[in-house]
Amino acid sequence: MTEMENIAIADQVDDSSHPNSFLTKYVWSQDHKVIAIQYSITAIAVGLIALVLSGIMRLQLGFPNEFSFIDPSSYLQFVTMHGMIMVIYLLTALLLGGFGNYLIPLMIGARDMVFPYLNMLSYWTYLLSVLVLVSSFFVSGGPTGAGWTLYPPQAILSGTPGADAGILLMLISLAIFIVAFTMGGLNYVSTILQARAKGMTLMRMPLTIWGIFVATILGLLAFPALLVSAIMMIFDKVVGTSFFMPAILSLGETLDHSGGSPILFQHLFWFFGHPEVYIVALPAFGMVSDVIAVHARKNIFGYRMMVWAIVAIGGLSFVVWAHHMYVSGMNPYFGFFFATTTLIIAIPTALKVYNWLLTLWRGNIHLTVPMLFAIGFIFTFTHGGLTGLMLGNVVIDLPLSDTFFVVAHFHMVMGVSPVMVLFAAIYHWFPLLTGRFLNNSLGKFHFWGTFLGTYAIYLPMHYLGFLGVPRRYFAMGETDFIPESAQTLNAGITVSAIIVGLVQLVFIANLIWSTFKGKKSGRNPWQATSLEWQTAQFPPGHGNWGEHVPQVHRWAYDYSVPEVKDDFIPQNISPEEVEYLISDENNSREDK
Amino acid sequence: MPNNQQQEQSQASKSSSWQSVKNDWGTDKQAFDMPWGKLMMWIFLLSDTFIFSIFLISYMNVRMSVTVPWPNPSEVFALTIAGHHIPLVLIAIMTFILITSSGTMAMAVNYAYQGNKKKAVYLMLTTALLGASFIGMQAFEWTKLIVEEGIRPWENPMGANQFGAAFFMITGFHGLHVSAGVIYLAMIAKRISQGKYDNKGYQIVEITGLYWHFVDLVWVFIFAFFYLW
Ligand code: HEM
Ligand SMILES: [Cu+2]
Repeated sequence: MTEMENIAIADQVDDSSHPNSFLTKYVWSQDHKVIAIQYSITAIAVGLIALVLSGIMRLQLGFPNEFSFIDPSSYLQFVTMHGMIMVIYLLTALLLGGFGNYLIPLMIGARDMVFPYLNMLSYWTYLLSVLVLVSSFFVSGGPTGAGWTLYPPQAILSGTPGADAGILLMLISLAIFIVAFTMGGLNYVSTILQARAKGMTLMRMPLTIWGIFVATILGLLAFPALLVSAIMMIFDKVVGTSFFMPAILSLGETLDHSGGSPILFQHLFWFFGHPEVYIVALPAFGMVSDVIAVHARKNIFGYRMMVWAIVAIGGLSFVVWAHHMYVSGMNPYFGFFFATTTLIIAIPTALKVYNWLLTLWRGNIHLTVPMLFAIGFIFTFTHGGLTGLMLGNVVIDLPLSDTFFVVAHFHMVMGVSPVMVLFAAIYHWFPLLTGRFLNNSLGKFHFWGTFLGTYAIYLPMHYLGFLGVPRRYFAMGETDFIPESAQTLNAGITVSAIIVGLVQLVFIANLIWSTFKGKKSGRNPWQATSLEWQTAQFPPGHGNWGEHVPQVHRWAYDYSVPEVKDDFIPQNISPEEVEYLISDENNSREDK
Repeated sequence: MPNNQQQEQSQASKSSSWQSVKNDWGTDKQAFDMPWGKLMMWIFLLSDTFIFSIFLISYMNVRMSVTVPWPNPSEVFALTIAGHHIPLVLIAIMTFILITSSGTMAMAVNYAYQGNKKKAVYLMLTTALLGASFIGMQAFEWTKLIVEEGIRPWENPMGANQFGAAFFMITGFHGLHVSAGVIYLAMIAKRISQGKYDNKGYQIVEITGLYWHFVDLVWVFIFAFFYLW
């Protein structure tokens, strides 16, 4: 009985539900594809704010005292807003709200998310959280300058910029974001578990879906820690409780707080914060796997291993959080435990890197723009991962903690790398959205500018970190242990950062121009096997599949199968429909 | 045990061997044999479990780290009735009511699956009423703590300040869940009596029940950690 009912909803082609007016079609839309685009545009828009903020910070670091509109307080505010926007409001929202929404139903052969209305609410709630966040730029005292980690007690004490309205708006915005994420995330997980097309077993799903699936579960279990700590900090700030506030002597005055535990906040924050890294990384892992397989015309190497690696990384990511707290004075045995788990995560992660390389190995590599970005990702990710191995060890982390080495590390691993995949994904799936290619020459220019540019930015930062240049500092001041030459390096980094920023404008221009004027792509231009390219209409219309949802007969990686006529077999092609080079009855193959 | 009938049904439709578990996960369409809404409620409750666990862990952490002594629960949570000082009496009644409401909820689910709409609606409303009386008593308890004992989130004449902070925050958060549950129950009961689920089936009652049982279960933990520790 339950079974029948679900199918009835899933396969319904109910014409009366087709939205007609502009408003229902593009604004109050419940279509996952429209919601995905709304999410993406909003995320990219705030992402541009964060990019501009990083440019301003770099100007200060490269050319101190040249710019009067940056003072120590505003520098801290820019650091904080830059970090938080990039991690939460850009990457999380774009990867899950944007790509998750767009690709899940299309890749698993569903007509939409299981609860489209909730999905729509998710977007509007997300938009609200963004508006609350941005509004903090305009309140008195400005946005919070506590650093994206928002550590109390300083986050809510006077002396920290934005300690009045700014921090409150930040916490409220985060809480709203979590509500939005939960509404979306429940949908993604339920859709993937319950609404797959016939034949689409879990082990036939494209890795993109696996990445998004596990990342969403991580989000649903990790965001509660952030929510609870936000609530407690709001209480500390507004009501005067002391969850996180110890007895404090500030400017000679004893504050009203006593008995709270600042370390508790650090634990809660990083219990969220570390899985958050993988909430961003896992969808990227999945998407890059698919891009590599399509553009190398080869099946992904070790599909099952790749799936289990994603699951293992997801599970392990909950037991490593305190590697961010080595300097908090923890018990050495704790440090030992967390260093060990951290290094263990490197195993499934390295396995993925090997598998990407082995997929490329002797593949028929097409150096398209998406492929360039995907290969770029392998470089930046390996690079960031190796420095992560270093920082995972307590003895190496202690001296390097809070230096630019850490800044370089996390930008390589969770800043640049997911962004490279996002670019790969946008160039790859743009034809599906619009029926047009993004301009190729501009794309190549964008790739080389971004790839070389980010190396020019972050490689020298590692060196600065070794010299001891501290992170979150407005200016270095009287620090004799840092040589003069560090300033020259900083100036160079800033120039590169400005160039990289400008190169992104080329990308935005390309997006806008190609949406209307780009070269027509035709159906399935990359000759991909996964379902999203096999829709009835192209680009896919409302309900995705026309009369019938597809039936799936194989995994998503049948590329260059020997003796088959085409070099790819879409997932919805049945074994009987496959055309062979030599038509021989005995030759028909078992499907995967 | 919300509903035996439903369980039997699903038990019958698949053999109970590991093979069938593997098949469910490994092949085709649905990983779990249940409606979308029910699965979504389960996942939501899993996420909510994390929220409450983190609240309670934080409470334990704070309670262990404070230097001022924690107030004695059998003094704070006592009522003086007819000249007698009775510890934990109110909370015992509240807990009893909430657990009873889980019982009426389970019966509502049972009747819903039997197709007895009227009884199901009636029992859901009873559940909501019990929930509302729980909220009422909680309001009474809060008032007593605030007005008579002078306990505030930021101060506490009977011991550590964090007692008031954690107590009001966590029971308040739970109370919000109960209130939401009362509204949810009333809403669904109304929709059922309007016949909105006549064609769809009454799984919605079970889904509502899942939420309600969860809220009760959480209360058991809050009760244990605040009143018995
Ligand atoms: C062109 C691109 C980018 C540039 C030039 C840039 C530059 C910077 C700079 C200068 C800082 C402050 C360093 C300090 O004073 O401590 C910073 C911090 C940070 N950035 Fe970026 N960034 C870029 C992209 C990203 C991306 C894509 C992410 C996404 C994860 C990201 C995440 C962060 C985080 C989390 C912080 C730490 C904020 C804090 O310390 O509270 N950045 N970035
Ligand atoms: Cu970490």
